[in-house]
Amino acid sequence: MNKSREIVCIVCPNGCRMNVSYDENNKVTQVENASCKKGEEYAVNEIQCPKRSITSTVGVINGALPLVSVRTDKPVPKEKIAAALEEIRKIRLEAPVKFHQIIMNDLLETGAQLISTKEVARLEKM
Amino acid sequence: MIINKDLVIVGAGPAGLAAAIEAKENGIEDILVVEREPVAGGILNQCIHDGFGIVKFNEALTGPEYARKYIDEAERLQIEIATNTMVQDISSNREVTTISPEGIRTYKAGAIILAMGCRERTRGAICIPGTRPAGVFTAGVAQNLVNIRNIMVGKKIVILGSGDIGLIMARRLTLEGAEVLAVVEKLPYSSGLQRNITQCLEDFGIPLLLSHTVTNIEGHERVKSVTVAKVNEKEDPVRGTSIKFDCDTLILSVGLIPENEVALNAGIILDNVTGGASVDENLQTSIPGIFACGNVLQVHDLVDYVSAEGELAAKSAVSYIKSIKTGEAEITVKAGKGIRYVLPQTISADKDITFSMRVTIPSKRKTIVFKDGEKQLKKKFFMALNPAEMVRIELKSHELKDIRGLEVYIDE
Ligand SMILES: Cc1cc2nc3c(=O)[nH]c(=O)nc-3n(C[C@H](O)[C@H](O)[C@H](O)COP(=O)(O)OP(=O)(O)OC[C@H]3O[C@@H](n4cnc5c(N)ncnc54)[C@H](O)[C@@H]3O)c2cc1C
Ligand code: SF4
Repeated sequence: MNKSREIVCIVCPNGCRMNVSYDENNKVTQVENASCKKGEEYAVNEIQCPKRSITSTVGVINGALPLVSVRTDKPVPKEKIAAALEEIRKIRLEAPVKFHQIIMNDLLETGAQLISTKEVARLEKM
Repeated sequence: MIINKDLVIVGAGPAGLAAAIEAKENGIEDILVVEREPVAGGILNQCIHDGFGIVKFNEALTGPEYARKYIDEAERLQIEIATNTMVQDISSNREVTTISPEGIRTYKAGAIILAMGCRERTRGAICIPGTRPAGVFTAGVAQNLVNIRNIMVGKKIVILGSGDIGLIMARRLTLEGAEVLAVVEKLPYSSGLQRNITQCLEDFGIPLLLSHTVTNIEGHERVKSVTVAKVNEKEDPVRGTSIKFDCDTLILSVGLIPENEVALNAGIILDNVTGGASVDENLQTSIPGIFACGNVLQVHDLVDYVSAEGELAAKSAVSYIKSIKTGEAEITVKAGKGIRYVLPQTISADKDITFSMRVTIPSKRKTIVFKDGEKQLKKKFFMALNPAEMVRIELKSHELKDIRGLEVYIDE
């Protein structure tokens, strides 16, 4: 049996509404209304293994700011996001934190790295 | 004592930084960027989600990463950024008064670029009845508390308004362990980008209640519940449709207003619809030598176009400083049927111009038309038009040649 679904592409701000047809093995047979290749790829992924990038914050000890913003360097499977956030919440970093510092390798065996997206200086004691 | 500067830029957000870099690269040495916060980057510092720079850099950066590209470049070019410094006043003859821990200073600027960004509309601006308990935040304040200061705003949350910041915060608060009960929107459609509805609400099963509004806030010390009701076409609540949500927090994402107090004091003419200055195609305001760009000119949904506007304002300011003559902007651009506003408001039509505009309501398969009197100058077809998405259309100078008036409208 062939199924189809409307998927809104989130890759770029155009937000194309695609019509995706797929069979019982989740093999995608057709993607309609995608304006580019990236959208088609996203549609196939969304049927087979939906993924999202994670952005969050991590606590910093002795930092000029209490938090450093972080993200995964690539999208991770959606069903792992809740568990990944649990892990991320446990981390405490000692300042200074550098820009694009690797905070965690292979987050929950997804192959994704957790990296910082800003720098946090050490709070100098007066 | 008055300090002379070729160019003073107010605000070191993406608009101001892009303008400073462009001006420096075009040979203006003596630039001062004034920023009231302790660091440059503007609102991007607290927008830790990704999706910035897709148009400009073809990658999905987070706000701080996008800002950093510009901050690094400004540093490399040795551009002076005065942080912790607030522009208090601008005069019509381009004197800029600043206040900082070091005291009050006055600058005389060859040209000024306004890049002050926006502030948020607050509850007072939309008048919700009920008590005045703690637990009511605007989305931007909540974003700052959660993302920068490490203060969680609440556990059970209702969001009023479906602007992008509200949608982004619905996801962020859910990821931080809060329960977002609903996003409530007065209009029959969302005012945020479709991709944000998908990835911030649908991903987490958060309901979006369209044509609904908050009719009451209950609670004494802290919010205990809010009542939500359906609204009719006149936006009046419909009897018998109330739903009560038990919650401890109400977040407002009800729109942004350009931060134009200093511009008003200078006597700059503002546009009633955009809340920003009225400008010509060089982004020059009604006062010669004062230019505007970014969210202080018009509320943007994409930072990429904010940077582009900053660069255009800088090019124009450089021409002004170097006394290069530009045409008189004598042609008025009119927003016709279906168009809420068009920028620039006036043009001289002697060069290529990118017009930016927003439509009034969502529609599908429509054509935007530019005309001079009865003569159609340009048509552009769109699969979908949405008030949440700014539309940009370029007209070449030859398309604008010899026109006497210009109207932009949606063809039925
Ligand atoms: C609360 C909020 C949240 C937002 N969140 C998002 C989001 O999540 N995603 C998204 O795509 N867009 C978001 N936006 C839109 C975003 O503002 C724009 O994309 C872009 O950052 C605007 O750039 P800007 O340089 O025009 O303004 P801003 O980034 O706002 O920068 C203006 C700068 O001017 C400074 N300033 C203002 N007045 C003065 C003065 N008198 N003296 C000195 N300095 C002054 C301010 O401190 C600020 O640093 C948000 C906007 C707001 C207001
Ligand atoms: S299909 Fe291509 S153009 Fe359309 S939203 Fe996706 S990435 Fe953007």
